[in-house]
Order: sequence, then C-alpha cells, then structure tokens
Amino acid sequence: MTSSTTTAAAPASSPAPRRRGASPALRRQHRAAYLLVLPFMVVFAAMLVVPLGYAAYLSLYREQLIGGVSFVGVQNYVDALSDPAFLSGLVRVLLFLVVQVPIMLGVALVIALLLDSGVLYAQRFIRLAVFLPYAVPGVVATLMWGYLYGPDFGPFAQVASALSLPKPPFLSSWMLGSIMNIVTWSFAGYNMIIMFAALRGIPTELYEAARMDGASELRIAWSVKIPAIRSAILLTLIFSVIGSFQLFNEPQLLRTLAPSVIDTAYTPNLYAYNLAFTNQNVNYSAAVAFLLALVIAVLSYVVQLSAQRKERRS
Amino acid sequence: MFEIPSTPLSRRAALAGLFGVSALGLAACAGSGTGGGNGASATPVSSDDFAKAMSTKTELTFWTWVPDIQNEVDLFQKQYPNITVKVVNAGQGLDQYTALRTALKAGKGAPDVVQIEYQYISSFLIGKNLLDLSGMNGFGDLKSQYPEWVWNQVSRDAAVYAVPQDTGPMGMLYRDDLLKAAGVQAPTTWDEFATAAQTYRTANPKSYLTDLPPNQAGQMIGFMWANGAKPFAYDGDKTVTIDLTGTEAKQVVEFWQGLVQKDLVAVDPDFTDQWYQGLSAGTYASWLTAAWGPVFLQGTAKNTSGNWRAAQLPQFTAGGKATGNWGGSTDAVIATTANPVAAAELARWINVEKEPAMELATKQFLFPPLNSVLQDSAFVGQTPEFYGGQKVNEVFVEASKNVNTDFEWLPFMDTVYSSYTDIMGPAITGRGDMVTALSSWESKLKDFAKSQGFTVK
Repeated sequence: MTSSTTTAAAPASSPAPRRRGASPALRRQHRAAYLLVLPFMVVFAAMLVVPLGYAAYLSLYREQLIGGVSFVGVQNYVDALSDPAFLSGLVRVLLFLVVQVPIMLGVALVIALLLDSGVLYAQRFIRLAVFLPYAVPGVVATLMWGYLYGPDFGPFAQVASALSLPKPPFLSSWMLGSIMNIVTWSFAGYNMIIMFAALRGIPTELYEAARMDGASELRIAWSVKIPAIRSAILLTLIFSVIGSFQLFNEPQLLRTLAPSVIDTAYTPNLYAYNLAFTNQNVNYSAAVAFLLALVIAVLSYVVQLSAQRKERRS
Repeated sequence: MFEIPSTPLSRRAALAGLFGVSALGLAACAGSGTGGGNGASATPVSSDDFAKAMSTKTELTFWTWVPDIQNEVDLFQKQYPNITVKVVNAGQGLDQYTALRTALKAGKGAPDVVQIEYQYISSFLIGKNLLDLSGMNGFGDLKSQYPEWVWNQVSRDAAVYAVPQDTGPMGMLYRDDLLKAAGVQAPTTWDEFATAAQTYRTANPKSYLTDLPPNQAGQMIGFMWANGAKPFAYDGDKTVTIDLTGTEAKQVVEFWQGLVQKDLVAVDPDFTDQWYQGLSAGTYASWLTAAWGPVFLQGTAKNTSGNWRAAQLPQFTAGGKATGNWGGSTDAVIATTANPVAAAELARWINVEKEPAMELATKQFLFPPLNSVLQDSAFVGQTPEFYGGQKVNEVFVEASKNVNTDFEWLPFMDTVYSSYTDIMGPAITGRGDMVTALSSWESKLKDFAKSQGFTVK
C-alpha cells in the first residue's frame, strides 16, 4: 500500500517548471489540469491519507475493556518489536519471500521467453492458459486447492492411498509449501504477462545484430532479452515482495481446514486482523500494521536501490 | 464465508449462520454469560404507557441473521399495525457484533433490537449497552416460563437483559447401523464410550466412533458445563474468574486426552468439507452435539437417512443425567433505543407468544427455550424419518431439563475461542499433552484479562 501511495502522489504534486513565463493560454491549461486532478486528490486524501493518519493516531493509544483509553506513546511499537507472535510471523513471510518469489518469477520468465521466442505451438492458447489462474479470485483458488489438498477425500490423498503410499501432509507439515504453491499458481501468469509485454517492446534490430555476431537463441535470451526487460522484472519483484508480506487470504481460508497448523498470528497481516477483530485490540493492531508497512517500504526501497546500482554499473 | 459448495448449500449456510457456526472457524456456538448489574435500567412501564407506545406510529430496526424471521415479524406487525419493523441482516455472529460495536462507538446507527448469542451478552454489558427489560410489560412473569438454566443465562439478580430465542442442550447423535455392525451399544457413560471407541476402531480401522474437533471450544466448554465445571465468571463490573484447571474441567480434558493419544477418536476440524463428507461417509459414527444438531445433520448427511439415532450425552457417573448447552441466541434491546417499550415488546412477542414461538420451533427449526413449546406435542411428537421415526425432539427436551443451571461467561469470549484453537488445537491434532495445553490456555486468558484491566480471580 505504501508504494502505490508514493508512485501515485509523485506525478500529481510535482510542480510544472517555469510557470512564470507562461502565456495566458498555458496558465489556463494549468488551471484545467489542477481542476482535473482535484477529484483524485480529494478522494486520495479522504480514503488514504486521513485513514492512515487516523491509524497512526490510534497506534499511540491503548484502550482497555476496563479503564478506557490512555495515551501510551510508542509503547505499542515497543511491545510489538518484542512480541514473539509478530516476529515469528515476520520470519515466516521472509522465508516465504526467499523461497517462493524466485520460483514464481523464474517460472514466469521462462514461459515469457519461450512464448516470445516463437518456438511454441498454440501460443495464444498457452498465454491464456498460463494467465487464467490469475483471473480466478484468490479466495476461490484457495478453496479449490484446499479441496485438492484434503487429507481424506482430496484426489492426491486418494491416489496415494490407492497406491498404498503415505498421504502427503499438504495441510500439516507441508503447509507453507502448500501456500507457496497456491500463490505461484495464481500469480506466475500475471507476472509472465508483464514480462512478455516488455519483451514485445524490444526493438528487433537488437536480435538481428546479435544473430549477425553469431549468438545462439539461448545467448540472445540471456544477454539481450533479460537485460532489456530488467525494469519489468524489477517491477514484478517489488510487487511480489509487497504481496508476500501482505499474505492473508490463503492462510486465513486454509485456517478453517487446518486450524491447529495456522494460528491467529501465522502471518503479520493475519495477526493484525485478528488483534483488531477478535481481541478488539485496535490500537495494538494499528501499531503492528504500521511496523509491517515500514518493513515493506524499507525492503521495496532496498530492492529498487540495489537494482539501480546494478543498472548504473552495467 | 468459507463454505465449500456441495450438498444443500442454502440450508446448510443458513443453519451455520443460525447457530453462529460461522465457517471462518469461529466456534461461536455455546451458551452465555449472565449479565452484570451493569446494563442501563428501565423504569417500570404502566399499562397506559404500554398501550400508548404500541399505538403510536413507530419504526424499529431489528438486526438478526435468523433466516426467514420476517415471518414472525409479519405476525408482530399484524398484531401491532402501527409499528413498522425493519429487519436487517448485519452479518452472522462476530461480523454482526463488530458492526454493532462500531455503531455503538459512533453513537448512531445502532438497531433497537438485536440478536445476541448467550455467551456474548456479557461483552455488551461492559459498555452498559443493553436495556434492563425487567420493568417492561409482560416481563414480570417471564421467568416461570423458561427452564431455570435458560433464565439464568439472560438475567442477573432482578435485571433481565435479553429474551431467549433458541438453545442447544447437548446430546449424542449416532449411527445405529454402524454401531450394531461393530457390536457396540450406544454408550451411556464416558467409560462405556471409551470402551466403545476402542471396540469400534478395532472393527473399523478406517473410521472412528467420533471426532474431537481441535477448533471447537464451544463443544469442549459444553462438555465441561455438563460435568458441572464453572470455568468462567464475571461480576458485571471489573472482576472475572478464570478456572480451566479445576477438578471438573480437568477431568473432561483428561478423558479426551486418553482417547486422542490412543488414536481412538478423529481430530478433524468441524464444519469443513472434509468433516461434512466424513459424516456422510461414516468416518465418524457419532456426533456429540446440541439440540440444533439433528436438523443440521439432516441437511448435511442426507444419504444416511434412517440410520441415525439420538441419545443423551454420556456421563461420568452411571445413572447421571447432567448436560451442558452449546449454542443458541437471544434478542436484546439496545440501551440507546428511542422506543424502548415497543422494542422490548418486539423481542418478547416474537419469542414468547404462542404462534410465532411455535413457528420458530417447527418451521425454522430453532430448538425452543420456552416451556410451553417444549411440552407441545406438535413439537415433541415429531418423528423424522432421518432418525428412523425416533422422537428426536423428545430426547433433547429431556436434555434441556438436565442442563446444569449455573454457567457464566467471560466478557471476551471471541478471545477465549480463538486462543483455544491456537493453544489446545495443536495439542489435540498432534495427539499430545492436552492437560498441559489446558494450563497454558488458562494463563493466556488470565494475561489477556489483566491486560484489559480486569481483576482476575
């Protein structure tokens, strides 16, 4: 949520250069521009800035069922930083990020390159088929996989028991991997489309030049195509980082099937939700949510920065 | 909500909502806390005031998730043509409570009359949000019309905070055919139950005598209630009592630990697709449930019609009869209402008058709290084919007479339930040490209560 804030706000607030010398016609245009942007700014302020400010305000208080509201300063943040439930959730999504994101983006990139190279038959069909899971709402996808994972009546379990093999523990010891699989299934196609669109934008002269130099298709993919779509890959990476930390739907729904595997603090987002709506501890929940946002902002920034450095070096 | 569509979805979803068994794992079913001496009180209403209030043009807002309750509301409006009732479904169970708390905090948008499960009454008394109905017209002789335990759930001393709508005294549903095939008799004591579980499992290595869901605090608390435990109490002010490791509560958990550790009962979460299929397929040969269970099961396991029977909950003492309650709800009046007299009459009339009360029991299948309906042959005499023509309601009417009379709740039951699943859940699923987990659960709740400013006893 933080990244969309900054990217959306930046163009709107950047001042038009050299306004003083502007002709009356140009000034009218500027006025019109501000007028056109105004509705967005109003909605943006009302729906994002104000609620965020309110949440920040809430996070500085503590409300007890007995004793009412009191100002506690940063105490909620201090508590959260030593709260094992919050920290273990954070570590869990970090692990998720480190394992799942490379797999998902790798799959997306390979399919995008294959499609772009034209070696596949039925390209349009494959493109659609890979993208299709993204069109399935996350909740439905989780329900579907939840059924497939089922320990008694799920097809995997049925096949395993027909072969007298042990049933795969999708909903117990493999839970994190099972969630990774759902997320990969849902979002690989989406990332693939972004990368594929970027690949389509590369000028074909580059390939011709590379072929003249005797480069193989593989070499072209590695040395021409991937560097050329670096910014698109970076975009998918940042989306994925944010997505990982915001993991909520999948664990929330699978919790119904495996309540003793996924506890109320399985991911930080789930924890914030349960704090607010089960424990009625809105203040602490706001602090946890803000810390989470901070972690996401820092990590996204680090990813962006390191990528830019690489760009400059190359 | 998380309902995997398959069999009779609408009925199941409706019933799930009805009993607060919201599929998000909110084990919302269970009885309630008697209120504190804390709600706003009402001045006694004279019969003139009453007549005037009921003949003035008034609009009431009624938040409830009971399907088709419009039928009973229509009857009310026929009786009192000047009162218009707007029925709003503001969500089931916790969703509705969240909306209600928000409206109460905002100071506007709260309904006049609201459906509340027994165990959540306390949590609305903290904020003095419920109107004391004891001085209202028709409430003077209400106490005598209910079983004692039901009345204790909605009253404290002289104050009355809600009108009971349905209850869930606990009993046992079992597969007669499967038990007979395994050479097992329906157990009447927990000792017999344990032996039966062993025998049944030996005869059917792929299935279990029953399932102990790791996410269902409502059921476990119901077992404790049946055994005479009093794990919770709230004085209506600042003091809560939390005692989950007392003799009676511990005995229940030790019993189940024995079965769980020997792999004699299943440990699947309930109200999931896996569990529905398990009930249909005979994976669990019995279900220890409440009075709303028979109708629910009829919708869920249609293909097993004719094979099920009902019996009383097994006992720790041979010849005992005691049981607990799991589920059910009430209608309460919000203290901020502009029309307290009409609102109280709505809550009373649709649940107490003969015609609407019978309809709730026989058409909407809410298990009735009212003595007159519990004795009515139109209700008790029903012989559903699903239960082989057995008078199932009779079994649960009997159970209703034997519910232990004093049981209280904490004013933060949502936390009680979710921490049960977090702490007791893994111990059950992992077939581990449930008794140690019980202590952790207790200390977790005590810590939470202290952090919320309560004095903990």
